[in-house]
Amino acid sequence: MFALAGKINNVGLIEVPMGITLREIIYEIGGGIKNGKKFKAVQTGGPSGGCLTEAHLDTPIDFDSLLAAGSMMGSGGMIVMDEDDCMVSIAKFYLEFIVEESCGKCTPCRIGNKRMLEILEKIIQGKGNMEDLDHLRNLAYVIKDTSLCGLGQSSPNPVLSTLENFYDEYVAHVKEKRCFAKQCKALARYTINPDVCTGCTICARNCPVDAITGEKREPHFINQEICIHCGVCYQKCKFNAIIVE
Amino acid sequence: METVKLTIDNRHVEVPKGTTILQAAHQAGINIPSLCYMNLPHLAQEHKPGSCRVCVVEIPGRKNLVPACATECTDGITVLSHSLRAINARRTVVELLLSDHPKDCLICPSSGNCELQKLSITMGIREINSVENAAMSTYRKDASPALNRNMDKCVMCRSCETVCNEIQTVGALSAVNRGFMSVVAPAFEQELTDSPCTFCGQCVAVCPTGALTAVDNTFHVIRALADSNKFVVVQTAPAVRAALGEEFGYPPGTSVTGKMVAALRSLGFDKVFDTDFAADLTIMEEGTELLDRITRFLNGDKNVRLPILTSCCPAWVNFFETNYPDMLDVPSTARSPQQMFGAIAKTYMAEKLGVKREDMVVVSVMPCLAKKYECQRDEFKVDGNPDVDYAITTRELAHLIKIGNIDFKTLKEEDFDRPMGESSGAGVIFGVTGGVIEAATRTAYELFTGKKLEKVDFHELRGMEGIRTASVNFDGTYIHIGIAHTLGNARKLLDGIRKGMYNFHAIEIMACPGGCIGGGGQPLHRGNSIVLKARMDAIYKEDFNKTIRKSHENPEIIQLYEEFLGKPLSEKSHKLLHTHYFSHPKQ
Amino acid sequence: MTKFEINDCHKKTIKEICESFGNKRSELINILHGCQEHFGYLPEPVQLEIALNLNMPLAKIYGVVTFYSFFTMTPKGKFPISVCMGTACYVRGAEKIVEALEKELKIKVGEVTQDGKFSLDCLRCIGACGLAPVLMVGEEVHGRLEPAMIKDILKKYE
Repeated sequence: MFALAGKINNVGLIEVPMGITLREIIYEIGGGIKNGKKFKAVQTGGPSGGCLTEAHLDTPIDFDSLLAAGSMMGSGGMIVMDEDDCMVSIAKFYLEFIVEESCGKCTPCRIGNKRMLEILEKIIQGKGNMEDLDHLRNLAYVIKDTSLCGLGQSSPNPVLSTLENFYDEYVAHVKEKRCFAKQCKALARYTINPDVCTGCTICARNCPVDAITGEKREPHFINQEICIHCGVCYQKCKFNAIIVE
Repeated sequence: METVKLTIDNRHVEVPKGTTILQAAHQAGINIPSLCYMNLPHLAQEHKPGSCRVCVVEIPGRKNLVPACATECTDGITVLSHSLRAINARRTVVELLLSDHPKDCLICPSSGNCELQKLSITMGIREINSVENAAMSTYRKDASPALNRNMDKCVMCRSCETVCNEIQTVGALSAVNRGFMSVVAPAFEQELTDSPCTFCGQCVAVCPTGALTAVDNTFHVIRALADSNKFVVVQTAPAVRAALGEEFGYPPGTSVTGKMVAALRSLGFDKVFDTDFAADLTIMEEGTELLDRITRFLNGDKNVRLPILTSCCPAWVNFFETNYPDMLDVPSTARSPQQMFGAIAKTYMAEKLGVKREDMVVVSVMPCLAKKYECQRDEFKVDGNPDVDYAITTRELAHLIKIGNIDFKTLKEEDFDRPMGESSGAGVIFGVTGGVIEAATRTAYELFTGKKLEKVDFHELRGMEGIRTASVNFDGTYIHIGIAHTLGNARKLLDGIRKGMYNFHAIEIMACPGGCIGGGGQPLHRGNSIVLKARMDAIYKEDFNKTIRKSHENPEIIQLYEEFLGKPLSEKSHKLLHTHYFSHPKQ
Repeated sequence: MTKFEINDCHKKTIKEICESFGNKRSELINILHGCQEHFGYLPEPVQLEIALNLNMPLAKIYGVVTFYSFFTMTPKGKFPISVCMGTACYVRGAEKIVEALEKELKIKVGEVTQDGKFSLDCLRCIGACGLAPVLMVGEEVHGRLEPAMIKDILKKYE
């Protein structure tokens, strides 16, 4: 039995035979991804589990295959995620839950999970570096290896699973300061569409860091090095000339 | 006895079934680092919450690392305490602890004695990899007359909670909150002074970091010594001389009385006196009181209450006032030796020396934290001027000596000043459990029977068992005595008395394990009970070597009564040397 | 917020609740449940009274109360609102629901409105993932939410 939820058309409880593939669950029973978006991952086992990806679509699902894939059956929760879900944010979301639920008795879970969460927050704010990813991985392994109870021992699973399966997203957040799912607001990239921009200069005049340059009645340009992603230009533009991605 | 065989770091060990890996390693001479583990063998208390995860070791074949303190040895296992995996885990765990710890080692009172600091040094940690402005679990600081709480430095080992609840049964502390902000605190995170805390200081004695520390009066004392207008007098408790040497490298159990006196004189104290003198005085007053009550009781007086309880331990008095407010007329009304000394020093002594009360500063050196609290109680002040101005601990005295650049080991032995420096052996044994009542017995016997006491040593009153009982033969009349040390044992005795279960005539209670020698202000022994036994032996040895061994034979005491007090329980004695108790039932 | 003044009637109720569990320390959590159900929350005087009845340290009771998120020392609103923040609800926009509520009620998560009518909390999955995102007002469940629906839902509670 699974509780099928998330970005899927048919949410609800499903009872299926062991060994059914993920593809069948999502596209046949689930009715496919909501709004016709692209499938990205399925999280099973909640905050203690890991994710299955496109690569696992044809894997038969049972207790062992889930463990082998770095996840677990858990309580049967199956959350479907699409291209608009940022996997780094998902990992952070699960860690927030863990930090709240941690009983606080043992050092690795009490302090370690908090520190992992801080690293993820740093990355999502666009301030991460590659060294942070190394620390994150080491912390995850040590917390998994030394925690007193199952909560701490499985809390690094989402981090390890997303690092394993979606490493490119982490690297993009760190090196390019980009979130391709467009979920992380601090990494949103603002650009001006030169075909639409009328050169009214409202955006340039309101930019708090003077990141926008341009002549009157000429298309304007946002300097990405200076831009702080505050979104004021986007709010002020009357012509919808600002693209957010 | 069933045994198991295992290998630890390539060493073969055979241990009884049920032994933990940490204990087995210790036997094999391997020291696995730990932090939250605390063993108090003299109290049969092994605290192993397995929460710090510093002692994790690798057992090949097992999924995760295991905590050595809480994992039993099983036959045939291989344990690796320093595999790369274990070392990396241990380092990361200590780094995590450091990441949530204030970085003020340089000015922390526990610097040099801190177990976390030792771990960081041993593991060679040079950087802490947390983000800028990483969250820290911080709390309001809490001060009391005796001890300070700085919970930012708490590592959640919960040793303090265990001693406060399981051993002292005071129940002032508990783990509260959840997750990152969990901490050990009194109810509602109120201040210690509003909680049932008795200031016994045992929590300070077991805290591995600077979270719980004693109040430091060192600089108050230095300022007093530096003030030419002040006449500074010092008194030293018996338990101090049996342990002070440990701070200078002497083996535990070395009595350093002579050097201690020399050091104090060298520091500039105008008079160096002995609390043991006041202990003899306490026996005069308390012994007379004891006899008075027993005689009236044996003569059928229904109004008199027995047993009489000793009252020289302020933590015990606090405990009593909080938990047994219905029995406030049961303890002796005699003040503690510290306070009796202060009262006499600022009256009798001040007069003799021609010093005004307000110009005299009385400092006491105590093994105890509760004494810091005791000396500022209102009933021990005269028009706001306290009988005892500052109480410092054995550790603080050692520190003073080091600040004064005094080479303790090469000091020539000196003797106390007179007239408040002479003491009998009975005064010395106040420092150990059973000592007060033994001292009282020596005097009470002669006063009661009118006969001379030949055998001065009462071995049946001595020992480390938590509760001891004995019946002493007072020439035909048997006096029943009960003795308890640690407040948990005190509670057992008191609950029994309340229910009318016992027929004791007198009971001695000391809050600290072993008596004052195990006080919260003594050099930290970190659970090494051999140290306590050694200190105890030193005290009895000093008593044995004294010529005068009974309080009432102390010539200076006799002189004091002749010149000043009259007789025990006289009006003057009552005013200066006795007190009464207050009910403050706190939960 | 007014301070809780304990009276003899309260003490009697607490005594009865403790006695119904045999005054056993091991039944502390059940006793705390019972008292919270009766009083709505667990203020200091109630905890003290329990400590006296069970003859156990007050600090320990406070420790248990602060450990479990279910136990509260501050009163909740007349209509306590809990927004589910489980994975399914999160992925379906639970954060926006919380934002909308905070804006509408002018309070933050964990707080109570001035008039004591509503309190706002998050919880971690009530198992109604099929209705995600979900919130509860008291025992009533509201599902398939969108931020625009908040105003109307709140109007139902007077």
